[in-house]
Amino acid sequence: MSFAWAKQYEPQTALTKWLDDKLPLPRLVYSAVGAGYPVPRNLNYMWNFGVLAGFCLMIQIVTGVVLAMHYAANATVAFGTVEHIMRNVNYGWMLRYAHANGASFFFIVIYMHIFRGLFYSSYKAPREMIWLLGVVIFLLMMATAFMGYVLPWGQMSFWGAQVITGLFSAIPLVGEPLQVWLLGGFAPDNAALNRFFSLHFLMPFVIAGVVILHIWALHIPGSSNPTGVEVKQESDTVPFHPYYTTKDGFGLGVFLILFTTMVFFLPNALGHPDNYIEANPLSTPAHIVPEWYFWPFYAILRAFTGDLSIPFTGIVLIPAKLLGVIAMFGSILLWFILPWLDKSPVRSGHYRPLFRKFFWFGLIPTMIALFICGGAPAEEPYVVISQIATAYYFLHFLVILPIISQIEVPKALPFSITEAVLGNSKAAEAPRATGVVGGGDAGSLPDGSLQPAE
Amino acid sequence: MSIRLGGIIAGLAITAVLLFWSLAPGVYNYAFGPAPEKQPSYAFYEHGEGPEGGFSFDGAFGKWDYAQLQRGYQVYKEVCSACHSLKFVAFRNLQELGYTEAEVDAEAASWTVPGIDPATGETTTRPGEPTDYFPMPFPNAIAAAAANNNAIPPDLSLMTKARHDGSNYVYSLLTGYTEPDPEKAAKVGFETPVGLYFNKHFPNVNIAMAPPLAVDGQVTYADGTNATIPQMATDVAAFLTWTAEPSLVQRKQTGWFVIGFLLFATVLAFLSYKQIWAGLKPKKG
Amino acid sequence: MATDTAATSEIAAPDGVRRRDWIHIAALSTAGVGGASVLFPLVSQMAPSADVKAASTTEVDVGAIQPGQSIKWTFRKQPLFVKRLTAEEITRAKADDGAAMRDPATLASRTKEGHEDILVTMGVCTHLGCVPLGAAEGENKGEFGGYFCPCHGSHYDVAGRVRKGPAPLNLMVPEYSFTSDTVIRVG
Repeated sequence: MSFAWAKQYEPQTALTKWLDDKLPLPRLVYSAVGAGYPVPRNLNYMWNFGVLAGFCLMIQIVTGVVLAMHYAANATVAFGTVEHIMRNVNYGWMLRYAHANGASFFFIVIYMHIFRGLFYSSYKAPREMIWLLGVVIFLLMMATAFMGYVLPWGQMSFWGAQVITGLFSAIPLVGEPLQVWLLGGFAPDNAALNRFFSLHFLMPFVIAGVVILHIWALHIPGSSNPTGVEVKQESDTVPFHPYYTTKDGFGLGVFLILFTTMVFFLPNALGHPDNYIEANPLSTPAHIVPEWYFWPFYAILRAFTGDLSIPFTGIVLIPAKLLGVIAMFGSILLWFILPWLDKSPVRSGHYRPLFRKFFWFGLIPTMIALFICGGAPAEEPYVVISQIATAYYFLHFLVILPIISQIEVPKALPFSITEAVLGNSKAAEAPRATGVVGGGDAGSLPDGSLQPAE
Repeated sequence: MSIRLGGIIAGLAITAVLLFWSLAPGVYNYAFGPAPEKQPSYAFYEHGEGPEGGFSFDGAFGKWDYAQLQRGYQVYKEVCSACHSLKFVAFRNLQELGYTEAEVDAEAASWTVPGIDPATGETTTRPGEPTDYFPMPFPNAIAAAAANNNAIPPDLSLMTKARHDGSNYVYSLLTGYTEPDPEKAAKVGFETPVGLYFNKHFPNVNIAMAPPLAVDGQVTYADGTNATIPQMATDVAAFLTWTAEPSLVQRKQTGWFVIGFLLFATVLAFLSYKQIWAGLKPKKG
Repeated sequence: MATDTAATSEIAAPDGVRRRDWIHIAALSTAGVGGASVLFPLVSQMAPSADVKAASTTEVDVGAIQPGQSIKWTFRKQPLFVKRLTAEEITRAKADDGAAMRDPATLASRTKEGHEDILVTMGVCTHLGCVPLGAAEGENKGEFGGYFCPCHGSHYDVAGRVRKGPAPLNLMVPEYSFTSDTVIRVG
């Protein structure tokens, strides 16, 4: 794989030569994230989030394994063992706050990663498989995060488990038995808590496996880049190490400063006070909300308030509850066909004037509106806003993107990444490249695109 | 092409269902239907501001005021503990409030905890030991409800974390008892029922707990502080903040150290990054 | 494209090479220090937690124990043997006070004054932690009439002193005191 000019690993010592013969692990690392992986030289800071996501997964696995040494998944003691971690276990408070806030930061990083992919069309050929695996990772993350939130067995844990498994009861015929099967009972209790703990422990390792496939698939075509122009020559790339290892190191430092600020100074800001009340099956909290990272999808779920019925007959074809569930799952599942919906040959949003308008003034405000509505109580005006935003969400991906890709006239692309970065002092097509390339354009872009060499 | 066609059809279908079967009836009802019933919720509850001057542990540099925590403990012991448990706190934890080991032993022994008679094995009571946890005032939830007009007094270990802006909430609630406000009662839709008490800081403004701090000087502080109601409320709110988050001060102090280190490391990482990339600068001219 | 590869080699330009190296070494070592300090909470969380470290006490009523009898109790999640010695056993134990032992101790040093018939020891063999036999009626008391550990054959005498076998130390006597003539408080 990779490019012809990729450097090859050359073991220097007798030991590394021996190891390279028997188990070429250093060679693998060298070609995957070392000097042997040529990467476009013009990646901006939005390309930091992939490495950060991997780091978040590592934080969650390490702190999670450690917390599991002190936690007990039993409805009578679960809440108490979490308090035991917070009060008695050495540095238990630090580990638990790191794990709880780590989940939130994982989602922040993943959302940045996803929306970078959406803006720069990283899902397009030849990178469809990377995108598909990414969607799988996102779905696994959502399941893992949901089950993890149940484990402290507070009020939000309990009622979250009740409400989310209740979604499955919307499925015709098998719904109710399915919910009972998922919970192992008629309400969340020991059976549900134990299986959620088991799966919450298992799934991060499944995610890690899919992440390896995701990175493997990435190394076939190589990384995309802000121009969307494929790598053509050696001068378009730099070796991953030391260029992007140092840049990712800096990005990691900034990330850790934000992360530790939350862990040490605002550890409960992203949580909900009700989860410090032990689960009580007899009393529902006044305002049940999922964790913030589910809010946009929760808003889509709640947007469907009316049954689909035949007008004036009262015959219900699809009840509102099922419509909401279909739409919520559909809103993520449609990402699986995204590479085939948007057929524009131009990748980067920088060179797609129409697409760019719909992205910044359509999709992003929609996501913000859905986010706010998902966290708000189900009353006006939030219901109407979430209905309009939900409609736009589906229109954007399913209708607007395919149509734009037909009618849009893209801006002229630079000949190569090198030309985009260095200007075309060497190239003959000087007039074509001016105005579309490099810093002049980047300064006006809302994403703060940075060209490293400028 | 067929995927795109299918996508467009599906997208239009979902939008149509949403607009015609959910949005349109909703808007119609909103405009012409009966006014929606107001839910008795947060609308009446007044957010409490907390004590004047705030708490010593507020802010990123906050620290415990140990004398205050000890006073707060005294308020809990003499007032709250009659009905409210503190089940996640052990007597040994009191040492963190600045008591000596001997004082903790004596304090623990002043409480009666359930025990087992070593001769007969029968359940009995004995004086507390540092390793014991604060005892439950009622043997079970039914007894708690029966003794309190059907309202179970909640455990206070985590109270300040289990409410929004908890430390200020506890203070405001304890000082928020007033004569029923007819204007608020009209909003809730009912007068304060017999057996409940009006408190503008409680979510539905009618709370089952009788005013626990009724008169100034209800507690005689060991350190001679004048025990006004706001003083006692501030002290016990501080104490309950400690019970909810004993690691609060250690956490913030560790945080400064960690962030200081990370700033240093990040600056170095940035310089290293810039050095590496400096070699790629395009030639001018 | 040889001109462009030249860009890469500029890192090693002759001027300022030392300064550049220094910054990379500093950044890398700081990262190393950071990574190592993360290990501290991760390792120390496995050490006993605050509730485990906090010493608890146990009360035992010894009034009903007949001479020659023992009872088993628990102290800090471990077995505790309380034994009332017979007059004959006391004589035997005292006679052995001067005998050659791996861990020399007298009966007087292992009991409380005025209560030298009450022997309180942990029921934990000092070899590898099994519970020795001899506390219950009819159990093998070993060659010295005290306790016998079946795991690897350590023999303890009537005062709980190791006399034969691999155990390095006598059965541990925990801290305890008499709260009355018949009740002891351990811990």
